[in-house]
Amino acid sequence: MEHFDADILILGAGGAGLRAAIAAAQSAPELTIALVSKVYPMRSHTVAAEGGSAGVVQSHDSLEDHFHDTVAGGDWLCEQDVVDYFVSRCAPEMVQLEHWGCPWSRKPDGHINVRAFGGMKIERTWFAADRSGFHILHTLFQTSIQFPSIRRFDEYFCVDLLTDDGRVQGAVMLSMSTGEFTAIHAPAIVIATGGAGRVYSQNTNGGIVTGDGMALAYRHGVPLRDMEFVQYHPTCMPGTGLLFTEACRGEGAFLLNKHGDRYLRDYGLGPAEPQPRNKFMELGPRDRLSQAFWHEERKGNTVTTPQGETVLLDLRHLGRAKIKERLPLISEMAEQFMGIDPAVAPIPVRPAVHYTMGGILVDINTASPLAGLFAAGECSSVGIHGANRLGSNSLAELSVFGRVAGEQAVAFAKAAGPARRSTQADAVEAKALALLHQKGEGERHAALRAEMAASMEKGCGIYRLSPEMRETCDTLAWLKRRLANVTLEDKSRAWNTDWVTAMELGFQLDVALAMAHSAEARTESRGAHQRLDGFEQRDDARFLRHSLAHYQGAAAPTIDYMPVKITRSPPGQRAYGALGEQEEAAREQTANQDTAHV
Amino acid sequence: MSDVMARTKTIELLVLRYRPLSDSEPVFATYQVPYSDDMSVLQALQSIKDTQDGTLSFRWSCRMAICGSCGMMINGDPSLACNTFIRDLAPHPVTIEPLRNFPIERDLVVTVGDFVKKIESIYPYIIPKAPKSIEDGEYLQTPAQMAAYESFSDCINCMLCYAACPQFGANPDFIGPGAMALLQRYNGDSRDGGQQARLDRIAGEDGVWSCTAVGVCSEVCPKQVDPANAINQNKTKSAFDFFLRFLRPGARP
Repeated sequence: MEHFDADILILGAGGAGLRAAIAAAQSAPELTIALVSKVYPMRSHTVAAEGGSAGVVQSHDSLEDHFHDTVAGGDWLCEQDVVDYFVSRCAPEMVQLEHWGCPWSRKPDGHINVRAFGGMKIERTWFAADRSGFHILHTLFQTSIQFPSIRRFDEYFCVDLLTDDGRVQGAVMLSMSTGEFTAIHAPAIVIATGGAGRVYSQNTNGGIVTGDGMALAYRHGVPLRDMEFVQYHPTCMPGTGLLFTEACRGEGAFLLNKHGDRYLRDYGLGPAEPQPRNKFMELGPRDRLSQAFWHEERKGNTVTTPQGETVLLDLRHLGRAKIKERLPLISEMAEQFMGIDPAVAPIPVRPAVHYTMGGILVDINTASPLAGLFAAGECSSVGIHGANRLGSNSLAELSVFGRVAGEQAVAFAKAAGPARRSTQADAVEAKALALLHQKGEGERHAALRAEMAASMEKGCGIYRLSPEMRETCDTLAWLKRRLANVTLEDKSRAWNTDWVTAMELGFQLDVALAMAHSAEARTESRGAHQRLDGFEQRDDARFLRHSLAHYQGAAAPTIDYMPVKITRSPPGQRAYGALGEQEEAAREQTANQDTAHV
Repeated sequence: MSDVMARTKTIELLVLRYRPLSDSEPVFATYQVPYSDDMSVLQALQSIKDTQDGTLSFRWSCRMAICGSCGMMINGDPSLACNTFIRDLAPHPVTIEPLRNFPIERDLVVTVGDFVKKIESIYPYIIPKAPKSIEDGEYLQTPAQMAAYESFSDCINCMLCYAACPQFGANPDFIGPGAMALLQRYNGDSRDGGQQARLDRIAGEDGVWSCTAVGVCSEVCPKQVDPANAINQNKTKSAFDFFLRFLRPGARP
């Protein structure tokens, strides 16, 4: 086995990992940063984010409004001190990306333009057409190239962490190209491996989004927080699940049922007006819109396609010129994949899994409870998304907290000194090789993956029932036992994707188990976690708390809870449309009265 | 992958296979794959891997033509597997080979590292013309200033243009169309002041002058980046730069 000594090890080279690497390289050029990714950095799934990234810039907008939209959007399960920090850092981070070359779309006067997004009261979403994630990722990757202290390990798959003496000491990588192992020893590790949406069958995620980092931390005793909150994005391609950005609606698109009705008016989001109005109708939050689809399907109001039931995303009234300027990527997708010109015909869409709100438990400094282990981006739960993430808060998150993670890792590495080498790395290699060569019972792991994904859709979907969640928990446990007896067809070492995907499935099953058990234990409805079995209401007395899933090896995870940090926004009624406007007015009146008293 | 839609028809795929330790040379393997009209070549390969032959290796991720992972030769043309559809190729057998002009590591997986080194070599980042603090806000860019570089920033690094380029095929050290497009993306950016360093980088024999203006790079680009245009712009600039050097005090061409 090869050995490499670093000061900081970053797992994942998407937006958060690259931002962390740059921050670490800038603040401590003398430290060696190992940046590991199972794909070349520009393939990371940040690349597929379309709509944009939040940051308050307009004079009639305020950090207070971004704070309140985020906290209410998360159904009050957000860490409010973290949200405060987050909203204050978004715009400076977006300017930083601009200085690094990100081609943000502009107004005619040359200033940055912003667009409307779901659940946001004022337009504050910075965008680069509808390729915002692509441009952020490429900007960060290309910017990172100028820092010689960043040593990349491209197409290296992390097999396990090394921990000793109560802290992290490094990790073991499999070079996908050669099939050989490398131990990277480092006193500080940043996990930035993204989400886990591939545990579901219809999802917007790339094949690499398999929850690796979440599972790695979890298996080493770090709790996964709020894993029951999984976001279904309401406008995705039926069959493949590919994403049609929320920016379609930000630019004015309508959602219609088979009668041509803007049905969202029937779900507390109206009134329906011809112009998009922030926090009304199509600009409601993702959880509410996906739930409305579920009801429309059961009412028989959806449009049947060969790929399943859909509603219609209508962009026709925007006109061809605006569609081409603001939404070129999704027009191309509609045309190539579905044969639809969105200037001429509406696009059939349906909800698909998009984002994991929960993740590795970290504090406002991105530090996990395991000394030396930090996490940022979708794999982490720093506490800004609560029970439902608002669109455009995740690209901002990876910049804001990627930077924090890089700087915190520097501080920790300097204080802790070099990592201790141990013999654990050999045991990790031996275990990975045992999987490669195990005789097993002849079963293919691909079959297990499909069963896992179908079971998650059934038991942990848009609406949830106890018996179905129970069944999913049981199915996942059974799949985990079967995975221990699969037989790999490919026994070779170079580019053995049979082997790597089997290890990914192991990660996925552990993350899925944390999701399903956390979901079953939360006997209330909040944000993206909605039940139909007698727990249809939010229950603040019992569940204004974060869930924590603890890994228990072969046994089911245990679930306990921690308090939510409430600083100044007590839980209120979460409403959109006309009712939301009333709530908002009442809140502002109270705030003004409070100010008057001071 | 759509499991909802019935796969009633079957397509024959001829896939070039190569395992470095056991195969002396690449050989075609034949697979029969049931398909529906919405199935991409990528989904067909996934279907083979998941149900017929777990040893087949290929790169993929986003499935929506933005991550740049799944470039391969499909019926002899450099293509992304995710946005090439079986319905457009059927009923004839489809041949699938790794991207031309690159060393094969395994099956459809080629070596990407040399291409990434070329990208790294052309200073692919803003070298600020007039440094500015974050507090001073963004640089202004008019729509015309954005138009000067924006299309070149859309390159997804899929390397199809390298597979199409006869010059790169003849000389693997040629900087190539993708890296030239990226160079022009920064040289055309009003915020940037690093043009001279980049022009110096491509003035040599493996730089911009290796291109013989065949133009197929732009034809195969799945994102309409037009690297041929980037190369042409830099030929003019490079020539101009060459003569300017005679005028600079102490400078040598």
